[in-house]
Amino acid sequence: MRTTITVNGEARSLDLDPRTTLLDFLREKVALTGTKKGCDHGQCGACTVLVNGVRINACLSLAVMHDGDEVTTIEGLGAPEALHPMQQAFLTHDAFQCGYCTPGQICSAVGVLAEIKADIPSHAGDVGAQARLTADEVRERMSGNICRCSAYPQIVDAILDAAGNLP
Amino acid sequence: MSSVQDWEAPNPVKDNRSGLIGKGVDRYEGPLKVTGAAPYAYEVTPPSPPAYGVMVGAEIATGRITGVDTVEAEAAPGVLAVWTHRNVPAQPPRGTKAHPRSTSGSRPALESDRVTYFGQPVAFVVADTLENATAAAKLVRLTYTAADPDVDFPHRLDAAGMPPGEQDTEIGDFEAGFAASDVKLDETWTTPIQNHCQMEPCASVAWWEGGKCIAHTSVQMVKPAQHGLAETLGIGRDDVHLLTRYIGGGFGGKGQTYDDLTLAALAARALGRPVKVAFTRQQMMHGTIHRPATIQRVRLGAGADGRLNAMSLMTWTHCQRDGAFTEHASNFARNLYAAPNRLTGHRLVKLDLPHAGAMRAPGEASGTLSLECAMDELAEKLGLDPIELRIRNEPEVDPENGRPFSMRQLVRCMKEGAQLFGWDRRLPTPGQVRDGRWLVGLGMAAAIRGNFLLPAKCSFSVDADGVITVRQGMTDIGTGTYTVLAQIAAETLGVPLGKVVVEIGDSELPPAPGSGGQFGAATAGSAALAAGMNLRQAIAELAVADPGSPLHGGDPNAVTFQDGVVALENRSETLAELVRRAAPAGLTVEGEIRPAQDAQKWSQQTYGAHFCEVGVDPVSGEVRVRRMLGVFAAGRILNAKTARSQLTGGMIWGVASALHEGNAPDLRYGSLLGQDLGNYLVTVQADVGELDAIMLDEVDDKANPMGIKGVGELGNSGAGAAVANAIYNACGVRVRDYPITPDKLLPGLIAKGW
Repeated sequence: MRTTITVNGEARSLDLDPRTTLLDFLREKVALTGTKKGCDHGQCGACTVLVNGVRINACLSLAVMHDGDEVTTIEGLGAPEALHPMQQAFLTHDAFQCGYCTPGQICSAVGVLAEIKADIPSHAGDVGAQARLTADEVRERMSGNICRCSAYPQIVDAILDAAGNLP
Repeated sequence: MSSVQDWEAPNPVKDNRSGLIGKGVDRYEGPLKVTGAAPYAYEVTPPSPPAYGVMVGAEIATGRITGVDTVEAEAAPGVLAVWTHRNVPAQPPRGTKAHPRSTSGSRPALESDRVTYFGQPVAFVVADTLENATAAAKLVRLTYTAADPDVDFPHRLDAAGMPPGEQDTEIGDFEAGFAASDVKLDETWTTPIQNHCQMEPCASVAWWEGGKCIAHTSVQMVKPAQHGLAETLGIGRDDVHLLTRYIGGGFGGKGQTYDDLTLAALAARALGRPVKVAFTRQQMMHGTIHRPATIQRVRLGAGADGRLNAMSLMTWTHCQRDGAFTEHASNFARNLYAAPNRLTGHRLVKLDLPHAGAMRAPGEASGTLSLECAMDELAEKLGLDPIELRIRNEPEVDPENGRPFSMRQLVRCMKEGAQLFGWDRRLPTPGQVRDGRWLVGLGMAAAIRGNFLLPAKCSFSVDADGVITVRQGMTDIGTGTYTVLAQIAAETLGVPLGKVVVEIGDSELPPAPGSGGQFGAATAGSAALAAGMNLRQAIAELAVADPGSPLHGGDPNAVTFQDGVVALENRSETLAELVRRAAPAGLTVEGEIRPAQDAQKWSQQTYGAHFCEVGVDPVSGEVRVRRMLGVFAAGRILNAKTARSQLTGGMIWGVASALHEGNAPDLRYGSLLGQDLGNYLVTVQADVGELDAIMLDEVDDKANPMGIKGVGELGNSGAGAAVANAIYNACGVRVRDYPITPDKLLPGLIAKGW
């Protein structure tokens, strides 16, 4: 099926196998391998990307469902010589070890800050009150992103730090 | 200039003139990892478009494949090959070593009709796309004759035997000593099967250039992977170029290669194009190794003064029918506490389960979950603080072999940790502290893990830009190898970190043993220091011999290296100027490290103390880790940031062992019940509260020329026991069957009437 997806600002128009997940589209069709496959079942979060600004598990979504969508992957946030503030914070706080879950963590973290800004409640806070950025909120909202190296404390530090530095 | 052979002599790492050693510099490869620019094995771009391989796992645990129907699979769209044991290309029998010095024998895939564990790869499909290969794999029809799987470990202890080549160690007379003790403890703990669950499933891509196989895979040890693949392919070892630049977690589970590598290489050869193969998450649970379950009986006998008179830790565990791996959960107990009468050993049951193998802190991770809780229980029986009990049983020399300790700062770890954590606020009687609905308790445990040094080589080059390149067949599984090698190079050659390039994970580089057993930094780093010192010598000799150098004619042993400048008293030039003029093609030297000849004279361990505060909900049985602190003594620390991360990561593995992780066989099929990350629980972000690790100042000059030791596994040792002890202190319920899930706590909580 002919599908056009804008990835990191660039329109990609391909004839896609309808079985192709958004994750395999990114990794195998347009060679953006920064998005990782950890479980392919929506259980680990390594494939987290931003679709129209909202974080999703790319493995749980078929690429053909995203015709016309704007997808931001880790490559779209920054580059080694020009890091996004969240990428810089992860580097500074050593919020990763093997690095495999890291692109998903960072995309998820960017999504979390946007959710809090948009006052989307979470289990960690009072759903009736204004959503606030706290360590417990970060822990709750980031719990869909497994880090087996267990850089969890460093990830919380990085996200709180980046939140202060983001424009 | 000193030699790295003389461990006592000064060297650039010890001198640390630039202050780079120990500094928490950012990860060398970090910018690539945080931007997704670091290619893991499956992501390496081959020279031409790859085909995609998908493996099919056996649906029985033990038996034979009697029927193979691949007609439908072969006819499916895009399919390029369908293999089973009937048509896979010939491979030498398992374990064949055509080259006698190979570090691994052949590991044939799809080798026969015999099935020895559930999920064993038994068929393989290659197609033009991943979707086509995945679909066709579901069309492979195999029929089996299956025997009933023998997988019920707790009920098969009758079949337990002594692990090959082992015997129990007994000092004194344990039974008599135990019988004569004033205060006794005799309890049994169980730990479950655990799966590594590295975030990157095992994966490989391979292609051929003439008769040479180029293979990128995800593996912790380069040389055995290269040798094993060469033996399997029946080609020379130099005809395999094996690379593993970035590894998405190992934890012991990638200490060996799996059929993804073999099948990628075989298919690439058969099809004449690159082939990529990855395990699915579900295939990882069965198709790779796991930490086996254990049953551990601890017996402690003490005098009324709290001194141990007798101690025993006996472990029953299991391995695969054809395997021999033993989870040595009792070993650490031989070094930890003093007692004149001691008995430790292991019993092994062979089962029709997937292969058991090494997982982070093999032995200690399981064994501390029993002994360190037993010490907590004994302390209560004696009316002693758990730290005081441990201090009273602190040995002066290794209690098993009588060797002096190279360094032992366990007591300091416990005392400093107690102070930092606020241990004095712990009430010895359980169930005394409430915070809202939560019962709150504090627990502690000791940590111990051996320290090792293996032979390794490394090369150092300097080019005409003054850039130092470190080359080593080492790996970085998230441990920080890239970074600490860069720090050692920069400090040794006196150049900024930005002037260092590190190349590892390649079988064509000087060999190093890889990542495992927390020997990586000490082993790879010591070889790097040796190479760096040899390069210093070569550069110094180049300078004094070059008439164009201001250092000409001087004493090469007096040349100094700092800030990219080589100097002799008040004469100097930049390293780049010297090399550009005197050796424009650059210089390359090698160095190597070997274990000290007198290494066996010392008992050498790393130590630590964990402190944990938990909340227990008496109504639901939920446990929350509120605070955790580890204090560790592990030699000189090369990088405060990456070492802390290793330790905190290990501590969180301990939390997982105590509260979350565990797999169990399905007794009907011999499969494991937990087959993905949805029902095999690992710790997630919300499970971890405040958690930190602190490293004591220490230099262990018996360990290696740098005085460093490993930290990768130490953090895991004892951490789960601290959680379990905190749970007991919170609510007075002792669960000795890990993980401590709410269903196991609730009967005790109800009985207590909370």
